[in-house]
Amino acid sequence: MGGPFFSGIDVGSSYAKAVLLDASGAVAAEAVRKTGVDFAAVAEALRVDLLEAAPQARGQVARTLATGYGRGNVTFADEAVTEITCQAAACWHLFRRALTAIDVGGQDTKVITLDGEGRRTSFLMNRRCASGTGAFLEEMAARLDTTPEGLETLAAAGREAVPLSSFCTVFARGELLSLIRAGRAVQDIALGVYEAVVRRIVEMARLQGDVVLTGGAAIPGGVLVRRFEAAVGHPVLVPPHPQTTGALGAALLAMRAREGQR
Amino acid sequence: MSRRLESASGMQALMADSFRECDAAARDPAGRVAWCSSVGPVELLRALGFAVFFPENHAAMLGASRLATDLIPTATAEGYSPDVCSYMTSDIGAWRRGVTALSRVDPSIARVPRPDVLVYDTNQCRDVLDWFSFYGRQYGVPVIGVAAPRGVGVVTGELVAAVAAQIRALVPPLEAIAGRRMDPDVLARVVAVSRDTSVLWRKVLSCGEARPSPLTFFDGCVHMGPAVVLRGDERAKAYYEGLLAELEGRVAAGEAAVDGERVRLYWEGMPIWGRLRQVSELLAGLRASVVGSTYCSSWVFDGLDPDAPFDSMARAAVELFISRSDAVKEGILAAEARRYGVHGIVFHDAKTCPNNSNCRYGMPGRLLRGAGVPSVVLHSDLNDLRLHADEGVRLALEAFVEQCAEAS
Repeated sequence: MGGPFFSGIDVGSSYAKAVLLDASGAVAAEAVRKTGVDFAAVAEALRVDLLEAAPQARGQVARTLATGYGRGNVTFADEAVTEITCQAAACWHLFRRALTAIDVGGQDTKVITLDGEGRRTSFLMNRRCASGTGAFLEEMAARLDTTPEGLETLAAAGREAVPLSSFCTVFARGELLSLIRAGRAVQDIALGVYEAVVRRIVEMARLQGDVVLTGGAAIPGGVLVRRFEAAVGHPVLVPPHPQTTGALGAALLAMRAREGQR
Repeated sequence: MSRRLESASGMQALMADSFRECDAAARDPAGRVAWCSSVGPVELLRALGFAVFFPENHAAMLGASRLATDLIPTATAEGYSPDVCSYMTSDIGAWRRGVTALSRVDPSIARVPRPDVLVYDTNQCRDVLDWFSFYGRQYGVPVIGVAAPRGVGVVTGELVAAVAAQIRALVPPLEAIAGRRMDPDVLARVVAVSRDTSVLWRKVLSCGEARPSPLTFFDGCVHMGPAVVLRGDERAKAYYEGLLAELEGRVAAGEAAVDGERVRLYWEGMPIWGRLRQVSELLAGLRASVVGSTYCSSWVFDGLDPDAPFDSMARAAVELFISRSDAVKEGILAAEARRYGVHGIVFHDAKTCPNNSNCRYGMPGRLLRGAGVPSVVLHSDLNDLRLHADEGVRLALEAFVEQCAEAS
């Protein structure tokens, strides 16, 4: 399908994501980059990525909506909306039911509740500290001398999650030291790191109805998703591209704005 | 910030006069200065001729001028936990460092006025007693006050009588310090002025019911100064007569504090003093107007009665929102949401102010389920900006305004 096209740019604290929709609402291109320190530059790079992946959209992008922490720095965006609204729009688009969307972001985790008509009824964000967020996973991975991807691999090989009790990321790093000194298997420690994130999230709100998990760490069938399902006692919904749902929502809202539906 | 009210300049002059009077009284051998908690029995003090200084007002000034965060560590080093009231810790830190926010109002004021007595009411929290006790030890002066009931459900005659007895018991020691006897007629006049001021302040705040609202919570945080610092003083009454006239003029003209008001909000809890302007500008930019608050309403004491000064002062102190049970607070918040016609409530969970952070025991969920009032919780603090994250607060407010706008 051809133009017009609509793009959503989600400049998150760790990763920047972009989605391009064609006139039918189908995804024409996606892109992900590390955010780095120049939000405007990464947004521009994502725009180039999208157009390289979907050259038919050159000169045909009718509207762009920016979201995420760097939403104010996307100089070519027509509008900026919070990632909470964008996540809600994307989850409703993908699942069309009353749900609780949980976005495990780099800087914070959000719990968003939608009613059966797609209206947002509430949202919560984690408190000031990083526990329960992607930043916690990154910190713990670094302490275990691996990458976030390496942490996932380690945890997948874990057999028994070692409990980490601290709310505080700095204290949790101290706990890790104690566990390493005590000779606990690093795979079990890694599994414990995921378990700690899940515990912090499930205590944020009473989760009702279907639960959708999004964010870069919510790999379909991955450790976070499996531990989360174990914690809530039922399967959770994961979008096909959980890292880019915010950008998808932004593109959908851009499309809706163009159509005068917002 | 929303559109500036013309009355603001008069208010600043009035506040400055009050601070100068306290400063002068402290330097005058015949003068007497009392420090009083913000909802303490100030009428007694005025009736006995004290110049009255309010440490909470001073601490709020430290917060608003963003001095507080740098001063708190000094109090921490003195043994005051960074988790306790940051009004207290910033004020004590300022005192230790020889700093006062009053110098910013009038450079000739070098220090806070030396007290002859400190008078508290614990209806708001226990910290105020710890705070005043610090100064009592430093200055070697008496610290007296009222140990008020907290978590009050039904305001019974017994509760009021118990507090009234404590207020009465303050009179003899205060008379001894003031060097004069309490004149009942003077006390009645002061209570009458307090009540009249309070009624006017309530009417000012009620202007927020208008659509569009002619004032915001942020305006209220500034203009409440005389209601706190000059309660019982004729000048405060005169000031609010002028402010009310200005606001009623705005209402008649349909003039909004926030241009294009599209979302109406209610603020619950303490201000974030060091970010008052930023939060106000953020919301104004989103065309969201915070039209009412529990905080500014905390200085509404309509029930004061010059014919029954002690009992009515006691009742006013017991009926205060902050000293009520969660069930009563929930009912008040639901009623306030209806009265002001708001889309939702902004709860400020102030890290160092548990007594005035009313979202910690499930209130937001109960209000949503019971009264259909949505809300958002901001995690910050009244004075300690180390506990504040600009980005988190901005995201929460923007997302909440988007949610409210979608729903309307």
